[in-house]
Amino acid sequence: MKTYNCDVVVVGAGPGGSMAAKFCAKGGLNTIMIEKKAEIGAPLRCAEGVSKKWLEEVGIEPDPTWICADMVGAVIRSPSGYEFKLDESHAGSEVGYVLERHLFDKALARDAVAAGAKIMMRTSCTDVIKEGGKLVGVKCRSMGEEIVIRAKAIVAADGYESQVGRWAGIETKLEMNDIDSCIQYRMVNADIDPEYCEFNIGAKIAPGGYLWIFPKGNGVANVGIGVMAKFCKDSEPKKYLDKFIETDPRFKNSQAVEVAAGMVSTCPGLDCAVDDNIILVGDAARIIDPITGGGICHACRTGMYAGLVLTECAKKGDFSKEALMPYEKMWRDRMEDKLYRNWMAKERLAELDDETIDELVKLISGSDIKEVNVYNLLKVVKEKFPKVVEGFEDLI
Amino acid sequence: MIVNLDKCLHCGGCVGSCPTNAIFLNDFVLEFSSKCNRCGRCVKICPVHALTMEGKQ
Ligand SMILES: Cc1cc2nc3c(=O)[nH]c(=O)nc-3n(C[C@H](O)[C@H](O)[C@H](O)COP(=O)(O)OP(=O)(O)OC[C@H]3O[C@@H](n4cnc5c(N)ncnc54)[C@H](O)[C@@H]3O)c2cc1C
Ligand code: SF4
Ligand code: SF4
Repeated sequence: MKTYNCDVVVVGAGPGGSMAAKFCAKGGLNTIMIEKKAEIGAPLRCAEGVSKKWLEEVGIEPDPTWICADMVGAVIRSPSGYEFKLDESHAGSEVGYVLERHLFDKALARDAVAAGAKIMMRTSCTDVIKEGGKLVGVKCRSMGEEIVIRAKAIVAADGYESQVGRWAGIETKLEMNDIDSCIQYRMVNADIDPEYCEFNIGAKIAPGGYLWIFPKGNGVANVGIGVMAKFCKDSEPKKYLDKFIETDPRFKNSQAVEVAAGMVSTCPGLDCAVDDNIILVGDAARIIDPITGGGICHACRTGMYAGLVLTECAKKGDFSKEALMPYEKMWRDRMEDKLYRNWMAKERLAELDDETIDELVKLISGSDIKEVNVYNLLKVVKEKFPKVVEGFEDLI
Repeated sequence: MIVNLDKCLHCGGCVGSCPTNAIFLNDFVLEFSSKCNRCGRCVKICPVHALTMEGKQ
């Protein structure tokens, strides 16, 4: 069997994998990144909305090739149609750009290659290899051939599927209330506001989740929905999305040109995302905002942290769990509080009836929020509806 | 497990949600292993209802 040797094998060439590969290669590590699909960044499984601030934090220069549209604000709509609209003057952090994900992901992969990483396409990891209880690499199917990649450490960047970690013995199982099942259409010729991202909430719109409209310019928009898994039984996500599009006049003369599906985890992240010789990043580590489902920035951050920590480990030749723990500390210090707070908020919001959600949206539209983000919205809720945030008010 | 290939969008959602890690998605093809304990979760939560369990409606 053909065997490759390297310092780090990265499984999955999404944003998390490419960032990890880039920072490993930059640190002088011999890095191989494998991707099972035939094209990086496609098919699309994303609404493509990101904020702007974090790009600088992870060293990504905004590039017009992968920025599809620039948002000036956001609209939150309640079941009865109450709107909370944030205009340019207080646009902010949960909106920003709508990306061209297939180009964004490829740009990150290019950066990894420029730093010295190798990529193997159409190469699926099918299991990990353990020798004497120690992880020493991965088994793969590469272009139809069984191969082995031996490495000192594995970065599991395999996205929502999150199987590599499980093969290695890290439990990544999810509860039904921590999964959103999603479907999205790329609608064309829609009569929508090109500069606002829209979030529709409420049990009769999207039980336990939300329905988004993210404009891409020229009457094109990603219109999709996430429904909490515990409310699904018979293609609920598709039924709710179809109903919305059928009844909203803005889509009267609009048609879908692309259908995408996917799932997001809405838990606050794994209990521990490292073990001996393995690090989990991004969706694989279940590190994704439980309210917005935004995971691109989290994948990029955790990918970068993984690369930095592995570079340090290589200097000492120690890739044990203990040596990898700085990664755990880095992501928790940066994101844990927010993930936990938004997870609690998600749990509460899913319990509210539509009348209360109407009240909530009316309430926040009357408030003076300078910047739209979950934190600021929760602060208003805390003031007026303390019950909703009971139990995690300390985090707000 | 029966996969309705006309419906499945090969999104990998069922793979990541399976509590026994019994599903593998090879780009466009779903493979089910003997680890499946017939809990029915994947059938319920697929966004387009592309899965049905053998021996059940
Ligand atoms: C419907 C939907 C809408 C979303 N909208 C947004 C949004 O608007 N904004 C936002 O920030 N986030 C959004 N997200 C979340 C976002 O897409 C993810 O958080 C992000 O892609 C995570 O990056 P990643 O690198 O961890 O994983 P991914 O981008 O999923 O990459 C994982 C890669 O690993 C590959 N892979 C998997 N298994 C294997 C294997 N065994 N062998 C080899 N390769 C493998 C996959 O093919 C894939 O290319 C959305 C998600 C969904 C489902
Ligand atoms: S969740 Fe449904 S659409 Fe997605 S891969 Fe599984 S069967 Fe196919
Ligand atoms: S029925 Fe349950 S165990 Fe079997 S494949 Fe589906 S989710 Fe996994």
